[in-house]
Order: sequence, then C-alpha cells, then structure tokens
Amino acid sequence: MNLKLKIWRQKDARDKGRMVDYNINNVSPDMSFLEMLDVLNEELNNKGEEPVAFDHDCREGICGMCSLFINGEAHGPDRGVTTCQLHMRKFKDGDTIYIEPFRAKAFPVIKDLVVDRSAFDRIQQAGGYISINTSGNTQDANAIPIKKHNADMAFDAATCIGCGACVASCKNASAMLFVSAKVSQLALLPQGRVEATERVLNMVAKMDEEGFGACTNTGACEVECPKGISLENIARMNREYLFASMK
Amino acid sequence: MAKSALLKSTLAKKYWMALTGLFLCLFLVGHLLGNLQLIFADALQFNMYALFMTTNPAVKILSYLTYFSIIFHAVDGILLAVQNQKARPVKYVNNRPDRNTIWASRNMAVLGTLLLVFIVTHMVNFWAVMHFNKDMPLQTISITTPMGGKQDFYITTGSGSSRYLPVQQVDGENLIKEGNKFYYVMPVDENSTAAKGSDKETQKAFFAEGYKDLHKITVAFFKNPDYGLIATILYVLSMVVLGFHLYHGFGSAFQSMGVNNPNYNLLIKNFGKAFAIIIPLLFAVIPVYIHFFLKA
Repeated sequence: MNLKLKIWRQKDARDKGRMVDYNINNVSPDMSFLEMLDVLNEELNNKGEEPVAFDHDCREGICGMCSLFINGEAHGPDRGVTTCQLHMRKFKDGDTIYIEPFRAKAFPVIKDLVVDRSAFDRIQQAGGYISINTSGNTQDANAIPIKKHNADMAFDAATCIGCGACVASCKNASAMLFVSAKVSQLALLPQGRVEATERVLNMVAKMDEEGFGACTNTGACEVECPKGISLENIARMNREYLFASMK
Repeated sequence: MAKSALLKSTLAKKYWMALTGLFLCLFLVGHLLGNLQLIFADALQFNMYALFMTTNPAVKILSYLTYFSIIFHAVDGILLAVQNQKARPVKYVNNRPDRNTIWASRNMAVLGTLLLVFIVTHMVNFWAVMHFNKDMPLQTISITTPMGGKQDFYITTGSGSSRYLPVQQVDGENLIKEGNKFYYVMPVDENSTAAKGSDKETQKAFFAEGYKDLHKITVAFFKNPDYGLIATILYVLSMVVLGFHLYHGFGSAFQSMGVNNPNYNLLIKNFGKAFAIIIPLLFAVIPVYIHFFLKA
C-alpha cells in the first residue's frame, strides 16, 4: 500500500516545528506502525536526510515507551494497543496519516516526535512506592490475606505502563488516569495502606506542580488507554484524596 | 497541607464544582415545581407562591445558597478552564475527540457560559421586576355586582372582610398603596406627642398586603407582541443548553466526588440522563404553553 504521511518535524526543544509531508510506497499491511516508520527512516537516511526521531523500546506493548498521536488519537485508531502493536492493516491504500507528538505542557518536545515524559517519573517519586525493605527478607505471599476482588483491581491498576496516552488524549492534558492508577494499585493492598494518606496528597500536589490539567470526566483517557485502565481508579483517587485532606 | 489541599488543588476545585452543581440540580427541581404552577394552577395560587418565596426566611437562606453556588460554580469553572487551557499550549494539527468522548463533555465551559448569560437575562426579566419595580401590578379580581356592573377588587393577605379591597377605594384620601402594602391615612391629632417636631400632617396605619402579580408580568412577557415569540424561542434554546450541560454534568459530579461503583454506575448514569432530558423539557414547556396556548 502507498501512503501519504504528515509528520511533525522539530529540530530541538527551542525550534518552532512544523508538519512535513512524506510519501511512502510498498508498505506491507503486516508491518507494525513503527516498522513503517523504520522503512521511512531508512529511505531518508539513504537520501542523506535527517531521519524522524520517535520513541520506542520493547516493541511488544509492555514498556510504555512508544507514543505518537496518529490521525487524531493517541496510539492511533485501534483500541487497547500501543503504537508498536498497531498494524498497517488498520489503514487503507492511499490514506493520509497525521503523526504528531503527544501534546502537553508537562510533556515538552525534545525532537520531532519524542517528548519528555519524566514528569511521570517525578510524580512516582513523590509517593508511588512503599517504604518496605523487600530484598532478602521477603514475606510469604499468602501470609497476608487479601480479597480476590481487591487483588484483581490492584493488578488491573498496576498494568498501567505510564505511556502518557491518557494525557495526550485528554482535552485538558490531565494526568489523572495515570496518577490514579498508581495511587490505586497501592491503596488497594494492605502494604500500601500504611502510607496511603501522604501518598495521595503528595502525588496530586506533584501532578498539579508539573502543569497537568484538571479532569472533566470526558472519559477519553479510558478509551485510548492501551491497557484499559478504568475511570474507577480516578474516582478512587478522588475518594482517597478527599479523606486524606480532611485528616 | 490538608487545609490548602481542600481549596487549591485540582481535585478540590472539582469537589466544589460537583457539590455546587448538585445543589443547583436540587434548586432546578424546586424551581421547576414552583414554575409549573403557571400551567397547572391559577394566577392567585402562583402569586401566593411568589409572595411566600420572596418573604419566607428559610427560602431566603436557600436562595442565598443558590446565588453563592451559581457564582462559585462559575468562578471555579473559569479557574479550571484557564488551568486546562494552559496545560496544552500547543494544539494538535489533527485531533479526533469525537472518537473517544461525547460532545457535551468537551463543551461544559461553553455551555456553562451560555447558561450564565441566560441566568442573568432571566433574573433581569423576572427577579429584578419582582424586587425593584415600583409599578409592579397587584393581583386583582373582577366580581359582577348584584346590580350587573363589574367591580375590581385587590386580593390581600388579610382574612375576612379585609381579604378583598375595592380598587376604587385605594389611592383616595384615606387608603393608599405603597409597593404591595395598603395603608390607612389618618389625620394627625395636633395634640399628640408623635406629631410634634414632625412636618408630616398625616400618619399611616398598615391595613393589608396585596399579592404582586408576577403571573401577569410573566404572561405579558411571553405574550408580548414585539418580543414574546423571540423570548419564547430563546428560553427554549437555553433549556436545550441546560440539557446538554446536565447530560454530562450530573453523572460527572458523582465521579468527581469519588462515587463510582459498578453496582450503581448504570443507575447514576441513567438517572442523570433522564434528569437532563425531563427537567429542561418541562421548563421549556412553560414559555411555549404561555405563548401559544394560554388564553389571556
């Protein structure tokens, strides 16, 4: 299949950036989206042009490194997948594909399609952990009884890979789905309850400080999340925060 | 930490949006039930209700809470909208929000601004007239006398013989009308202590209170030959805006307050949708009924 690509090119953080048109021919429908970009970059390299910079790592949908806002949606038109799991068979021959970086004040563009998502790391460092020494003296997993339902919900929340699709999709560039997943996975388990109050207060304070927007409950994040993180987590964080701030 | 967290943080701003929003939903129900009397009750009943609503102390407290909620909801909403705009300084070239969200949820600020304009207009149209118009008409009743003539009476809050007050008697020498209150005018006894030092030649004694005819004002507004039809259309359109605002806002308020339980989510969602359709629809019926169907 032959495609027309409109790709955001930006030399560095200070450059203004612009959309640039590229044509790519003989794309196999079985290629992943990133493989298609690899082919484009090879062609650009051969022509002596600067290849398009984009983030990627594991290419199997678990690292959360790949991003891209494709045809108006984070990780493209498919549901429940990251960009590396998006295949070219989701597009038709002759399609025009817009490829833009994730847009948020808290995710500044480094180059082309690569954005700095370290704001997420700083939110995690503000409280997304438990202060228990788990090396060498690990407890038996069944020593603390945990309801199956809670364990399942905690596990679901923990599947968040921190890719930032929620921020990219949200009309307010809000990080609520990410932060709430991180708050929930620990708040639902007894080990996490110990520091639950400080955790939610500190992580939300950090989230605000990083310049993310507020939640309008549009639900775009849940739809676009490659891991299907539920809005229930945001409600849980709202609850946790309400009780924590009254303590 | 805890104190500032309940005012300044993004989450706290949403708590206040939710609380004031839900309180305003309660207000809507009360306001609707009151206004439906324009269709299902007679003028006197409606005007008696209007007098109660403007004088009862408990209602007064509720009305101040309502004003506060409207202002707080608007100001808080503006602060959030500004924060949200700042969070994405560079927009997408190609964005497809229609693929993952409903239109109303993305346009709450626009819908809210339109509603604020409507609320101000609506208060100028009726609330201001009721409170500040000196020439506000009072409720009268036309009674056919045994001789065959017609005589108009003011209906007052008094009981017995003072319930009906012949219109001709008022504005004469002995009985005057100020606002919605009637007073006896009595010549001052020159020897009385009260009169000394006062340049007034008469003194007043409260007689009875009339009912401001809000019903008449409302009917005249929507039946006005110049702007009645336009007003009716604008009021109906405003209720469409309200419907969209509620369609997202009602359920959203619960989520903001942390109420999200798979066992009840469908109930809240469906109740919110029903609320968003039924309440504005019934409100919209009132001006349509007055303009097109009510016999003047």
